[in-house]
Amino acid sequence: MEQALTKLRNMDLQRSVIYFGFLAIFLFFAFTLHDDGFLTSRNLTNIVLQTAPATIMAIGLVFALSAGEIDLSFGSIVAVSALSAAVAMQSGPMILGVAAGLGAGILIGAFNGLLVAYLRLPSFLVTLATMGLFAGIARSMTDLRSIPVINETFTGIFGSGRLFGVPSLVIWTIVAVIVGHIIYRNTRFGAHVLAVGDSARAAQVSGIKVPRVRLMVLTLCGATAGLAGLLYAGRIQAAKYTMGESDLMTVIAAVIVGGTALNGGKGSIIGALLGSLMMGMLNNGLILMGLQVSDQMIVRGLIILLAVAISLREIRR
Amino acid sequence: MNPTLSLKDIQKSFGGVTAIQNFSLDLFPGEIVALVGDNGAGKSTLIKIVSGVHRPTSGDIALDGASVSFSDASAARSHGIEVVYQDLALADEQPVYMNMFLGRELTRKPFGLLDKTRMRSETQSLVDQLDVRIPSASSTIRDLSGGQRQGIAIARATHWASKLILLDEPTAALGVAETAKVEELVASLKERNLAILIISHSLDQVFRLSDRICVLRRGEQIGVRKTAETDKNEIIAMITGVHNQ
Repeated sequence: MEQALTKLRNMDLQRSVIYFGFLAIFLFFAFTLHDDGFLTSRNLTNIVLQTAPATIMAIGLVFALSAGEIDLSFGSIVAVSALSAAVAMQSGPMILGVAAGLGAGILIGAFNGLLVAYLRLPSFLVTLATMGLFAGIARSMTDLRSIPVINETFTGIFGSGRLFGVPSLVIWTIVAVIVGHIIYRNTRFGAHVLAVGDSARAAQVSGIKVPRVRLMVLTLCGATAGLAGLLYAGRIQAAKYTMGESDLMTVIAAVIVGGTALNGGKGSIIGALLGSLMMGMLNNGLILMGLQVSDQMIVRGLIILLAVAISLREIRR
Repeated sequence: MNPTLSLKDIQKSFGGVTAIQNFSLDLFPGEIVALVGDNGAGKSTLIKIVSGVHRPTSGDIALDGASVSFSDASAARSHGIEVVYQDLALADEQPVYMNMFLGRELTRKPFGLLDKTRMRSETQSLVDQLDVRIPSASSTIRDLSGGQRQGIAIARATHWASKLILLDEPTAALGVAETAKVEELVASLKERNLAILIISHSLDQVFRLSDRICVLRRGEQIGVRKTAETDKNEIIAMITGVHNQ
């Protein structure tokens, strides 16, 4: 009994808070918004569909934060990726669009990564700068015009399509989470990411190539943002420079609420998924409650504050 | 018998400053040699030379009679040389078994995924053998005491070292009981036929643990004594250069 109590007390508060939070918010909306259709399968599916890009970016960010780095530029990467894909598909085949979108994400991510890993610039500042840089490039790429995406194979695979009755965005989410989780928990790369974020010195004297890990996580962030750009372009059937603009706060919040430490060494892909769904649920519920956009932003901001407070409490323990 | 490690006329200068000059030492299997000297005497530089972090300006390093040259620390490690750093170089948020295999994780065919089961069980049997008492191989380093952490760092070195372990101030941060436990652990490594080079500021410890004592002063090798045939006064005189007999 005594032992069980100690165990309970020592249980990772940060890691379990997401489950309670998720459940609490779900139940709260389930009861209060019962008559407004929150619990309908259509609405719940919608939440998953809407959060798919954020969930995928959250996976990339878990890797970056776990390695002790951060990416603030992924919102801008989303726009550049979506626009690149749309422009490429105006005259080219789908595969060209996919390559352009993903390629843009990977290249920008690698650009961030090279600056951080080999010039030893702090990722916070590098990605803060590239966030602005690529937001500008996204704007100038098509002179602020939005580009339609009419390739139906593309919009099927990356947007409104279904496989065995399951929406493609749900499949993307599930596959990304499973692959991300396995890489994070069960590969040497995942172990090295955690080690670098935990103690770069310990990692380095153990023969882990620390700069390479830093380059890889930021490139991965770019890649997930590139994929998110494709998913936006597929679902909305167009690309615009504003895409991804509002995702920065949502994704960071999702990842931190999901139990990933801000300063590295510890995180969870499943937690990030739940965090992302929780943010989606919040958005959805607040809209169903009839809250204004401004009120939604306030509530979201407060949730992030709470999450950060809990996260830091854990670190100081 | 060939010495495990043989250093001959090792010299190291940084720019114009000589950090180590004419250092020669043979270390035999199952032997503990203590490296003593004041701050700045060159002990750490010497450890870094042996572990491949620095390359000597001149001189020879031989392992089991064969001349070697390390391009970096990984090269020294692949020759069976392990270092227990003063700061332990452990990743605090990770479990014990992941630290034990840090950078050398075991994987499993066919997908090359981590073999956590084997890493856990190998870690468990190693800490059992060495009598490092921890709650479990899955415990997080952060939840362990200073002595337990030191035990893990030494166990890790023991697991990977086939020839030589370098210990840099292994008990500097520990209490009395924990120090005794770690000393017991270090002494037990002799049975594994490893050669051990230990830096320590505690002469009591040096006399308890070592077979021979090598004294450095300002980068110069003052002398090597058999521990059984010397006393603290002599060693202190060698360290400080002050003879008060």
